[in-house]
Amino acid sequence: MIKFTNVFKAFPKGGLALKDVSFHIAKGEFAFLTGHSGAGKSTVLKLIYADERPTSGDVRVSGHSVNEMRPRDVPLLRRRLGIVFQDFRLLEERTAEENVAFALEVTGARPSTIAARVMRVLTQVGLAAKAQAYPRELSGGEQQRVAIARALVNEPTVLLADEPTGNLDERATRGVFQLLRDINASGTAVVMATHDLDLVRQAPYRVIELQEGALVYDSAVDEPRDQAAAP
Amino acid sequence: MNLVIREALLAFKRAPLLSALSVTTIAFSLFVLGLFGLVVVNLQDALRGVEERVEIVAYLLPGTPIETTAQALKDVEAFPEVQTATYVSEDEALARARAEMVEFRDVLRELERNPLPASIEIKLKPGFRDAEHVSTVAERLRGFGFVDDVRFGRDWVEKLDRLRQLAAAVGIVVGAAFAVVAIIIIGTTIRMAVLQRSREIAIMRLVGATDGFIRRPFLLQGAIKGLLGGLVAIGLSFAAYALINRYLLQSAFFTREQAAAIVAFGALIGLLGSATSVGRHLKRV
Repeated sequence: MIKFTNVFKAFPKGGLALKDVSFHIAKGEFAFLTGHSGAGKSTVLKLIYADERPTSGDVRVSGHSVNEMRPRDVPLLRRRLGIVFQDFRLLEERTAEENVAFALEVTGARPSTIAARVMRVLTQVGLAAKAQAYPRELSGGEQQRVAIARALVNEPTVLLADEPTGNLDERATRGVFQLLRDINASGTAVVMATHDLDLVRQAPYRVIELQEGALVYDSAVDEPRDQAAAP
Repeated sequence: MNLVIREALLAFKRAPLLSALSVTTIAFSLFVLGLFGLVVVNLQDALRGVEERVEIVAYLLPGTPIETTAQALKDVEAFPEVQTATYVSEDEALARARAEMVEFRDVLRELERNPLPASIEIKLKPGFRDAEHVSTVAERLRGFGFVDDVRFGRDWVEKLDRLRQLAAAVGIVVGAAFAVVAIIIIGTTIRMAVLQRSREIAIMRLVGATDGFIRRPFLLQGAIKGLLGGLVAIGLSFAAYALINRYLLQSAFFTREQAAAIVAFGALIGLLGSATSVGRHLKRV
């Protein structure tokens, strides 16, 4: 599904964002990407959705090489991924419903099917009642749910989440995390970057830990360790 | 409704102030260009009026038979440069002189014999009313055996030529400068609109919008802004023209085609301005 092979990524101004990172995330898997800020979590995600290209090494997503991808194929890759950010990245002037619908419209989906599909995902994230609300009228947790609905509406095979709970209070965090678990349970792979170790400990999922750009621990390969000792 | 049209119109609705500002800026840039255009149009009109007075007169030798003159008239009319050729008989020449030269009326009345020769007066078609063509036609007329002399006011025609060239040069240089300024101002305005929406563009890309999909509403929006700006500019120009006509001098306005060309120019700059701004923006992020 997602395969990194000896990936290096240099910062434009020198220095390495990623050093020799290799891992493989299977279809339907849930994986945490952990590490301090600046450890390279976001860079890994950016490489997956082809916002960055590896300096060397190989990044494959559903069998397609990000290294060799033509710019015009990047949008097609992103339509098969769902992406969620810490700051939600919703369009402020559009309602929840319009924000979700927009992700379908850009794919050229048949207009007659859009409304039903949008309502279905909004129901799935528990926001059907607030379909007409604008982002500013929603709480942080609700905004993140809209963002997740938008990520889901194209039925992605992988959901990428970059610190999705970073801006949320504890209750909203639990809700959003449970939603991601439900999504994973229905067959979508989830890659979640987070430094919230409480969350990581809550669930029996794979953990990939980065430190200064290097992969220092991968629970799928390395010996299990006492997670309480992890940074 | 088509998605592109909907997105373009929504952008107006969401940023009414900036949109209005863009349209106003475009309108005033094109208005300045339009005012200059009016000056050019009126200058051309005036020059054309002067040009119409370019005339070649071939004086005929006394006693030229009327049949020869009639044939010559036909020949001259057949010249490609000639618009009209009119025969003026000796009597007509005298009658005209009496009517026009009031101060010599007494002298002319007491004449025993008509001293004025018959002539052929020739007007050239538009486009041939310059020194070169006038000389060519005059030369050809001199070739006729019964033509005594040919007059066309060489100095005057040459001066007219110079004036025409000067007007064209000023028109092109100043017009181009105004057009470039308009393009820069309009381009900057549209760039602002694109930058204002850079966050939105980034989000569009994240959800898998192609560059073409992102670009199209901007292009349409730019063209609409240019079009509206152009229409407002024509309106302003007309108001200026009406004021000038009323208080300063009789002048001409653009023809329908010229007005349409200004509006189309606005739409085109709007379109191209958007294309380059969005293109540059998309390349950068």
